[in-house]
Amino acid sequence: MSVANSPTAQSSPLTMYEKLWQNHLVENNEGETPLLYVDRHLIHEVTSPQAFANLRFHKRPVRHPERTIATMDHNISTRSIKIDAAGEGAANQLRALEKNCKDFGIQLFGMGHKNQGIAHVMGPELGLTLPGTIIVCGDSHTATHGAFGALAFGIGTSEVEHVFATQTLRQTKAKTMKIEVKGNVGTGISAKDIILAIIGKTGSAGATGYVVEYCGEAIEALSMEERMTVCNMSIEFGAKAGLIAPDQTTFDYVEGKEYAPKDELFAQAVSDWKQLKSDESATFDTVLTLEAKDIKAQVTWGTNPGQVTSVDGIVPSPEDFDDAMEKESCMNALSYMGLTAGTKITDIHVNKVFIGSCTNSRIEDLRAAANVVRGFTATNQSVQSAVDAIVVPGSYRVKEQAEKEGLDQIFIDAGFEWRLPGCSMCLGMNDDVLKEGDRCASTSNRNFEGRQGRGSQTHLVSPEMAAAAAITGHFVDLNAKV
Amino acid sequence: MEKFNTHTGLVVPFDIANVDTDQIIPKQFLQKTERVGFGKHLFHDSRYLDHSGKEPNPDFILNKAQYKGASILLARENFGCGSSREHAPWALEEYGFKVIISPSFADIFYGNCINIGLLPIQLNNDEIDQLFAQANKEELKVEVNLTNNTISFAETCFSFKLDNFHKYCLEEGIDSVGWTLNKIKTIEAFEAKMPNWQ
Repeated sequence: MSVANSPTAQSSPLTMYEKLWQNHLVENNEGETPLLYVDRHLIHEVTSPQAFANLRFHKRPVRHPERTIATMDHNISTRSIKIDAAGEGAANQLRALEKNCKDFGIQLFGMGHKNQGIAHVMGPELGLTLPGTIIVCGDSHTATHGAFGALAFGIGTSEVEHVFATQTLRQTKAKTMKIEVKGNVGTGISAKDIILAIIGKTGSAGATGYVVEYCGEAIEALSMEERMTVCNMSIEFGAKAGLIAPDQTTFDYVEGKEYAPKDELFAQAVSDWKQLKSDESATFDTVLTLEAKDIKAQVTWGTNPGQVTSVDGIVPSPEDFDDAMEKESCMNALSYMGLTAGTKITDIHVNKVFIGSCTNSRIEDLRAAANVVRGFTATNQSVQSAVDAIVVPGSYRVKEQAEKEGLDQIFIDAGFEWRLPGCSMCLGMNDDVLKEGDRCASTSNRNFEGRQGRGSQTHLVSPEMAAAAAITGHFVDLNAKV
Repeated sequence: MEKFNTHTGLVVPFDIANVDTDQIIPKQFLQKTERVGFGKHLFHDSRYLDHSGKEPNPDFILNKAQYKGASILLARENFGCGSSREHAPWALEEYGFKVIISPSFADIFYGNCINIGLLPIQLNNDEIDQLFAQANKEELKVEVNLTNNTISFAETCFSFKLDNFHKYCLEEGIDSVGWTLNKIKTIEAFEAKMPNWQ
């Protein structure tokens, strides 16, 4: 950071969140909510139109159009690049975004653009996501960008408007939580398993009011894409944002990306970014520690991401919970999910598989899934006839890379559908919707009632687990298999 | 934004924990580009028996005759979790809710409510349980007084906390964007000092 904005000679040690906060604090007046500067604003078709409408009503411009980037992701078709392919409502919103971006001078990666993708896949791969910045988007999975040591969080449409007009946001300071994952995870354990195991431990509201920092050997060992998977699901246990300290892995990833600083500016940036990590003796409001070796492959059984267990486990019974609310929540979840307590997770059969979403649609996710598929096709096994399985890359760049590596063909040959990029079945705003009674192994982030379609049942899993479920028709402990 | 000072209204006891914004307003209703038209789709999947929203579910609490006209939603923990969609508070507001009372709210949802003038009130579990007991027993009307930070009914009165600036914005119906635009010089001064790479 520049001298002017940097935390001055420290009197007390600070966490990374506190440093990011200080570096972006525009104003902190008595009796007002603190005002923070926003470096990057990502927008999409669903949560922006009403914000643009209000700007027009008040005759206000977008203060820094160059700090805002738009993409089309939430309700686009994954079968066609035509704007009308996802229905009238979607097309209206997509056209409104086109017009709004044109009128307000905002760069848009629209249908079929080489940079188009899910906001949280597109931002990082283009170098729009930088350590030490504040990044916001009208989408709760904005926490993804925290993987770079950026303070990134989802906002509502009123806040989108506030950022448009002022490039700032009013925010109340969150509490801090450190989650340390000690040691190394076992073979075949993915970043998705790590974050699901964390949420299983905290419960789905365990970090409400907190910004979480993930650290420890198991986190440091992750690639940038794996770190994004971890941070992506911070909101699923209530956290405002998730952070991982930027290190050489981060700098190597960012270097050379299209929108990242270049040459001397990059060197200057890296030297600033190295200052971001939490001070050795910084204190957190809450600390949680997990042993990486204890983490097994995870499968959710309920209707929130905290209702999760390991693949070698069983569906729990309400009696397993002490808390009255959790007991009831388990009972309701079992009823909605059509599951009986005591059922082995590996005995749960699915008829739908979705590999995609801002959690798990990057190239490494697709490689991991394709690798599992390859293992099965080697013994002439393909997607079960009763199962519909789709693979939806997170962006056009991911799609292009996957096709270059021949991953698309591996999926197609095994009986998967290879689709165009978008948010797709994660939230089912387009026509990728589950039917009542469908049971889906999904690499997305939410298993809420009706999330993927009214009356449908979602099990959140890693890309590897989803691929195996497509071929066997049920969940498989891949580690037990080898 | 409308000014909020006091409000007296009928309480509907919504006894479900972890109500997410997908339940409050399902995704198929997010394709509007306008700010209105969400109230009729509030809690769609539980409120209606059919996909098109023509057959009200008689078992759903908001469809019960005694809660017609309710303007205060009494909720359980972690209300409004999940998606950041402001469409959820828009739908609640358009349906007629002015106040939501819960032991805990999801962060983004809470902020969205404040920003549109829908008052989120946090009370402790004992107070929440008392309100549920009362509302389940008989018709419960409570008075919410923002000036005094209190909720009262019969002889009972609970106090709640609210950030001073949030309170000021609600009471005065402040346009928060306009408020911040008055600070543009401070923002410019901040921008002038930012590192070049940022």
